[in-house]
Amino acid sequence: MKNLISKLSPLLICLSFAWPALAAQLADKQEIRIGNGTEPRELDPAISTGVPESHIEDNLFEGLCSYDPFTLAPLPGAAESWQISADATVYTFKLRPNLKWSDGKPLDANDFVYSWRRTLDPKTASEYAYQLYYIKNGAAFNKGKLKDATQLGVVAKDARTLVVTLERPTPYFLNLTSFHTLYPVPRHVIEKHKQGWTKEGNMVSNGPYKLAEWRINKHIKIVPNPHYWDKERLKIKVAYFMPIENENTEEKAFVSGQLHMTTTVPSIKIPYYKDLKKRDPKRAVYQSTPMLGTYYYRFNVTKKPTDDQRVRKALSLTIDRRLIVDKITKGDQVPAWSFVPPNTAGYTYPRTYIKDSPSQQDLATAQQLMKAAGYPNGKGFPKIDLLYNTSEGHKKIAVAIQQMWKKHLGIEIGILNQEWKVYLNTVRALNYNVSRGGWIGDYLDPNTFLNMYVTGGGHNNLGFSNQQYDNYIKMAASELDHSKRLQYFRKAEDILIEEVAIIPIYFYTNNSLISPKVKMYSVDGKLQNWAGNLSDRILLKYYAIAK
Amino acid sequence: MLWILATITFFMVRCAPGGPFDTDKPIPPEILKNIQAKYNLDQPMLVQYGHYLADLVRGDLGPSFRYANRTVNEIIAETLPVSAQLGLLGFLFALSIGLISGMLASSKPNSLRDYVPMGLSLLGVCMPSFVIGPLLVLVFALWLGWFNTSGWEEASDRVLPALTLGIMYAAYFSRLARVGFLDILHQDFIKTAKAKGLSAGRIFFRHAFKGGVLPATTFGGLAMSGIVCGSLVVETIFNIPGLGRFFVQSAMNRDYTLVIGTALLYATLLLIMNLVVDIAYVYLDPRVRHD
Repeated sequence: MKNLISKLSPLLICLSFAWPALAAQLADKQEIRIGNGTEPRELDPAISTGVPESHIEDNLFEGLCSYDPFTLAPLPGAAESWQISADATVYTFKLRPNLKWSDGKPLDANDFVYSWRRTLDPKTASEYAYQLYYIKNGAAFNKGKLKDATQLGVVAKDARTLVVTLERPTPYFLNLTSFHTLYPVPRHVIEKHKQGWTKEGNMVSNGPYKLAEWRINKHIKIVPNPHYWDKERLKIKVAYFMPIENENTEEKAFVSGQLHMTTTVPSIKIPYYKDLKKRDPKRAVYQSTPMLGTYYYRFNVTKKPTDDQRVRKALSLTIDRRLIVDKITKGDQVPAWSFVPPNTAGYTYPRTYIKDSPSQQDLATAQQLMKAAGYPNGKGFPKIDLLYNTSEGHKKIAVAIQQMWKKHLGIEIGILNQEWKVYLNTVRALNYNVSRGGWIGDYLDPNTFLNMYVTGGGHNNLGFSNQQYDNYIKMAASELDHSKRLQYFRKAEDILIEEVAIIPIYFYTNNSLISPKVKMYSVDGKLQNWAGNLSDRILLKYYAIAK
Repeated sequence: MLWILATITFFMVRCAPGGPFDTDKPIPPEILKNIQAKYNLDQPMLVQYGHYLADLVRGDLGPSFRYANRTVNEIIAETLPVSAQLGLLGFLFALSIGLISGMLASSKPNSLRDYVPMGLSLLGVCMPSFVIGPLLVLVFALWLGWFNTSGWEEASDRVLPALTLGIMYAAYFSRLARVGFLDILHQDFIKTAKAKGLSAGRIFFRHAFKGGVLPATTFGGLAMSGIVCGSLVVETIFNIPGLGRFFVQSAMNRDYTLVIGTALLYATLLLIMNLVVDIAYVYLDPRVRHD
C-alpha cells in the first residue's frame, strides 16, 4: 500500500495542483449585484412596460419559449416543442411534463390560457396588451368589442397542449412568446392577493428564480426557484437588483466593488474606461453592445417650413453624424444611415445619400435645395425651434446640430427643451417642427420600426401619410416568404428615407461596466466572457461569478 | 391649512401637461381608456376630488399611480423612517459640531481658535451638498475605503450621508452660536458674574448658555425643515431608499396621489417643527414668557 502511494505520489501531486485550477474557475460565493436604473413600477409581467422591470421578470418567469442569452433566438422554455401549421397561423405548443410554480403548485396549458385572457381583459388595463393582438380576436376582446373570452385564439387542448391561432401569419410570433407580456402568471395567487400579488411574500413565479425581497428604492433580491425544471443549470445563488438612478452614484458603487454590473456609464468617463481597456484588455470593464434602437430627429411634415421635402433633405444632408458620435456621445454609437438598425432579423438597409460626414458635394446639394425651396443662404427661413426633452445629452447634440445648420445653410434655429411629459404632449399634438426622437424595437423585426409611420398609426407623430408606404407595410404583414417580406420593408423604408420624414442620427449602443468576474455559459454549457445582446436582456440562468 | 394644501396640489398637479400614463410608446386609445377607468381618472375632476377628500379624512392617501402594487401609505411607511433617521443624524451632527465650534470661537474671539472654525464654516456654507457628497465619497470611500460609496445596507452607510447633510447646517449653527455667545458675554450680568469671581466655565454654561444658543435655536426650525427637504439631494447622491427621492420623482411621473401625499406629509412636518421651535423659545428666553 505504502509502495503504491509512493509510486502514485507524483501523480497525486500533479492532480492536487490541477484540481484547484479546474475548480478555481468559479468563486465560492455566487452572488451578483446589478445596477438597475429606476425603481420597478411593477413586477407583474403582463402589465409592466419598463426595462428595469423586464430585467427582473426575465429571471422570475419563463414563457413558452426562452431566450438564447447571446442571440436571443427562441429556445424551448415552458414548451419543450412546437409545431407550426402550413399557413403559419396555428402554433401547437407541447409543454414540459411536471411544470411547477415556485410554490410547488402544478402549472399547465390552462395557466397560459388564463394568463393571456387576463392580459387582454380590458379590466386588467395592460399597456402592452397589444403584444397579444396577433392572436385571433385579441384586439377585439381587448377593445371590448368581443366579450366572450373563449373565442380568443388560445386554447388548452389538454393539460400539456396549447393551441394558439393567429389573426395572420406573424413571423416573429415565436420570439414574442419569450417576451414578458406573454409570460404565465399564477391564477391561485392573483385571485387571493389581487393587486398585491407581486409583493414580497405573496409573489409566485415559474422561471429560474423567485422573489426573495423587495425593498422599495433599496434592492430586489432573487434566489433560485427550487421547482424550476432546469434548476441544475443555475450557478448564481443570490442576485440583487439595485435601483440606482444617478449614473455617477452607480459608477462609484461599481468602482468600490459594490456592483458587478451597471446599466449606464457617465459619458464623461467613457474615454477613461476605453483607455483602460486598451492598456489592460484582461481587466477591461467597459462594454459597449449594439442595441436595437435608433436616435433620430423627426419632422412635422404638415407645418411650414418642414412640410417641404427639399428643406428636410437639406437639413439631413448637413449633419455630421460622425462628429456627434465621436465627440459628444462617445459611447461607440454608430452613425445611422437608416431608421431600422442594421442586421434586424436579416434586414440591413443599404446606404443612400446619408453619410457619416457630409462631403463638399453634399453641402453644395443642400445649399441648392434650400435655394430651390426659396431660402437662398437661409434668407427668409422662418424662425423654428428644435425640440427635445430636457437632458444634458440631448442638449449637446441639439446645440451641435444647430451650429451645423447655421454654418452650412445660414439658418438660425432655436433650441427648446421641455420636461418629458410636456414634450410627449407637444409632439403628439404636432405642435413642433423638428424634434428629437428615439425608438427601441420591441421585437427582432423591421416591422417594429416601420409600422410606426403608417397613416394614422398610434405612434405616427410626424403627420406623415403615404399610400404606397402603407401598402408595403400591409403586404409585408401578410407575406410568408421571408426574403419577399424584407423586400417590402426595403421599399417602404426607401420612401421614408427619400421623403426625409425623419433624420436618422445614430444607432444606440448599450454601455455598461461589467466586472471581469462575470462570466456566461452558452446554451450548450461552455463558459465564456460576458457578452451583451441586442435587447439588453440579463438572463442570470446562464451567469456565473469567476474567482 | 392642510386641506387648502391638499386642494391646491390636487388641482395643480392635474393641470400639468401630460398624465401618469404617458410614455414615448403611446398607448392605444382603447387601452388608455381601460387604464383610466381602473384609476377612476375617467370621472369628472370634482368627483375625483370628492373621492380623494373622503379617503383622505380616513387617512387613506390612495393607490400610487406609478407603483402599481403599492398604496401611498405603504410607500410612506417604508421610506419615511429612512429619511427620518438620516435627517435626525444630520441634524444632531450639525447641532453638536456647530454649537461646539461656535462656542470655542466665541470664548477667545480673533484668535486662531476663532479663525479656524469660522474659516471652515465659511467653506461649509459655500459648498452645496452635491459637491460635498461626491467629495466625501471620493476621499473616504474610494481612496481610504472606510465606507461604501452608496446604499443603505450597513450601519456605516449612515455616516457619509449624515455628514453631507449636516455640514452646511453645522456651519450656520457655528456662526450663529459664535454671534450669540459673543453678544451675551458682553452683557452686564455676565460682567457681574465675573466680578463675583465665578469660574469661566460656570459663567459660560450656567449663565451665558441659554441666551447664547438663542439665535441658533431660531435657525434650528429652519434647519430642520431644510434638512428634511434637502435630504432628497443627499438621498440621490448616496442612493438612499428614503422619501425625499419620491418627493421630486412623483411630480416628474405625474403620480398624482404620491405628489399630494408627500406634499401633505412635508407640510405637516414643517408645521410641527415650527411649533417645537416656538416651545423651545419659551423655555430658553424668559422675555418671551413674560410677553
